[in-house]
Amino acid sequence: MIRFIIRRLLETVPVLFIIATATFFMMHAAPGGPFSSEKQAPPEVQARINAFYGLDKPLFQQYLRQMKHLLTGDLGPSFKYAGRTVNEIIGDSFPVSAELGCEGLFVALLFGLVAGMVAALKQNTFWDHLPMSLAMVGLCVPTFVLGPLLVLVFAIHLDWFNAAGWFFPRDRILPALTLGAVYAAYIARLCRGGFLEVLHQDYIRTARAKGASDARILFKHSLRGGILPVVSYLGPTIAGVLTGSFVVETIFGIPGFGRFFVIAAFNRDYFMVMGSVLFYAVLVIFLNLAADIVLVWLNPRLRFEE
Amino acid sequence: MSESISITTTQPAQTAASPSFWQDARHRLWKNKLAVFGLVVVCVLGALSLASYLWPNLTGYTYARQDLTLGPAPPSHAHWLGTDALGRDLLARLLYGGGISLTVGLYATGVSLIIGVIYGAISGFAGGKVDSVMMRIVDILYALPFVIFVILIMVFFGQSLVLMFIAIGAVEWLTMARIVRGQVMAVKRQEFVEAAHALGLSEARIIFQHIVPNLLGPIIVYATLTMPEVILLESFLSFLGLGVQPPQSSWGVLIKEGADVMQEYPWLLIYPAAAMALTLFSLNFLGDGLRDALDVRGSKD
Repeated sequence: MIRFIIRRLLETVPVLFIIATATFFMMHAAPGGPFSSEKQAPPEVQARINAFYGLDKPLFQQYLRQMKHLLTGDLGPSFKYAGRTVNEIIGDSFPVSAELGCEGLFVALLFGLVAGMVAALKQNTFWDHLPMSLAMVGLCVPTFVLGPLLVLVFAIHLDWFNAAGWFFPRDRILPALTLGAVYAAYIARLCRGGFLEVLHQDYIRTARAKGASDARILFKHSLRGGILPVVSYLGPTIAGVLTGSFVVETIFGIPGFGRFFVIAAFNRDYFMVMGSVLFYAVLVIFLNLAADIVLVWLNPRLRFEE
Repeated sequence: MSESISITTTQPAQTAASPSFWQDARHRLWKNKLAVFGLVVVCVLGALSLASYLWPNLTGYTYARQDLTLGPAPPSHAHWLGTDALGRDLLARLLYGGGISLTVGLYATGVSLIIGVIYGAISGFAGGKVDSVMMRIVDILYALPFVIFVILIMVFFGQSLVLMFIAIGAVEWLTMARIVRGQVMAVKRQEFVEAAHALGLSEARIIFQHIVPNLLGPIIVYATLTMPEVILLESFLSFLGLGVQPPQSSWGVLIKEGADVMQEYPWLLIYPAAAMALTLFSLNFLGDGLRDALDVRGSKD
């Protein structure tokens, strides 16, 4: 297993390098620069600013400098938020996104697993059709429809929550529901499929014949096998939850990282874009690795490759 | 062709007198009411969008015609679905936007289909080292936050529709590549491939003329299931302000505009959202129905 992890970690090095290179040249190939949208400063001032940030150097030298910075973990200064480094901005805003992501994931797992297990256990009854229809609805209603609708009903008409903001614990509820809904729907479908496959196995019939209760069969005998499809889906889910939070943060006015990223791209805030992209990439790669390890731990029949 | 396909399915081999694979599949599809419903809805929406493209005045208004003295009006006889803040007819905009959304869905799915099928077929047919390297690349790409790249591309290089097809298609081909590869591996050992080899056909010809046609079932199913994802991604981009630009509209744009004013003019959110949800529903039902009808095993690992 250690070898597997080391191999996977080594593999990420070229991947991250390619991502950084692609991002760099894409950014610089795009028209406009970080200071081109502002009110035109006198040319000598502009030249000074460019010199200060090293933007006057040839592109390849800038590239080398950027790479050297990245190697030391210093993501550089932000062009738009003067006096703040990218590391600080990520450090300030990412915890908010991470919290939202965890809560969204919690919603997704809670509703998804419960719905999927109930549906599998009561296959072809009302308790199968109801959660599966809801899951279908969840799949077809995009985040940016669900969010405003939830706000309209629960914040504006019923006045249970604030329409936007990120101050009190209850401010977390609507965003987490919005973010988690789609993934809850996916997980419910996967979980139902996984459990159905397990529940048709002989050993489950044996357990039933010996008088095991539904709960015991679910949690003791089939949980491990049943949630396998869900676990292998978790890697991509986490990536989706993280990027999905862009929209949710916009809808609910949450001071998270996703908004910084989109704004940074519009502003050509080079270091900020590069820092965000690499940060996300590293995060997603590690979460996927974690999901793979859990997968093997749950299913000993799978072995770590090589 | 029909015989060879039935071999790839889990159905037992059929006798000569039984209906062909495709007749069988069509029969099963017709029995699935939800799938037929989906098919009908998709066809009707597609036809309406096409009609509004051919005759921009279909609803009596073009999608960009403003009526500032009217302003936002609730649904009425003159404007069946009401008007937006600039007095533009919502029905006309909805149909026009539907055209854009469906077009993006079709083309981007097409792009992902082409890349995915070619890549997957080559990987599966080559096998061995080539295969493991190619699939390793897919695994790695799977792990990347691709949406971020799509956002970057759209921000940096302007918001053209063609770019959107390519960007979305370039993201969505991975699953298709995996599925096609798995199917090719299953088919390539069969006698008709051996026969083609014996006839001295080139490898490219064997792959694309003899093997790929046998994978039509899974390809159709996953193309149908890719379309809703693509449409969602397009509207996600439009919601972030990166999609089509005004005065054009797509469902994502309309939903975004509606969500901003939903408290005052709820119809501006409800109708576009309903149209989009209905389309996604229909495509998903159709895809599920086709999967059952064509008996494609759940190869989505």
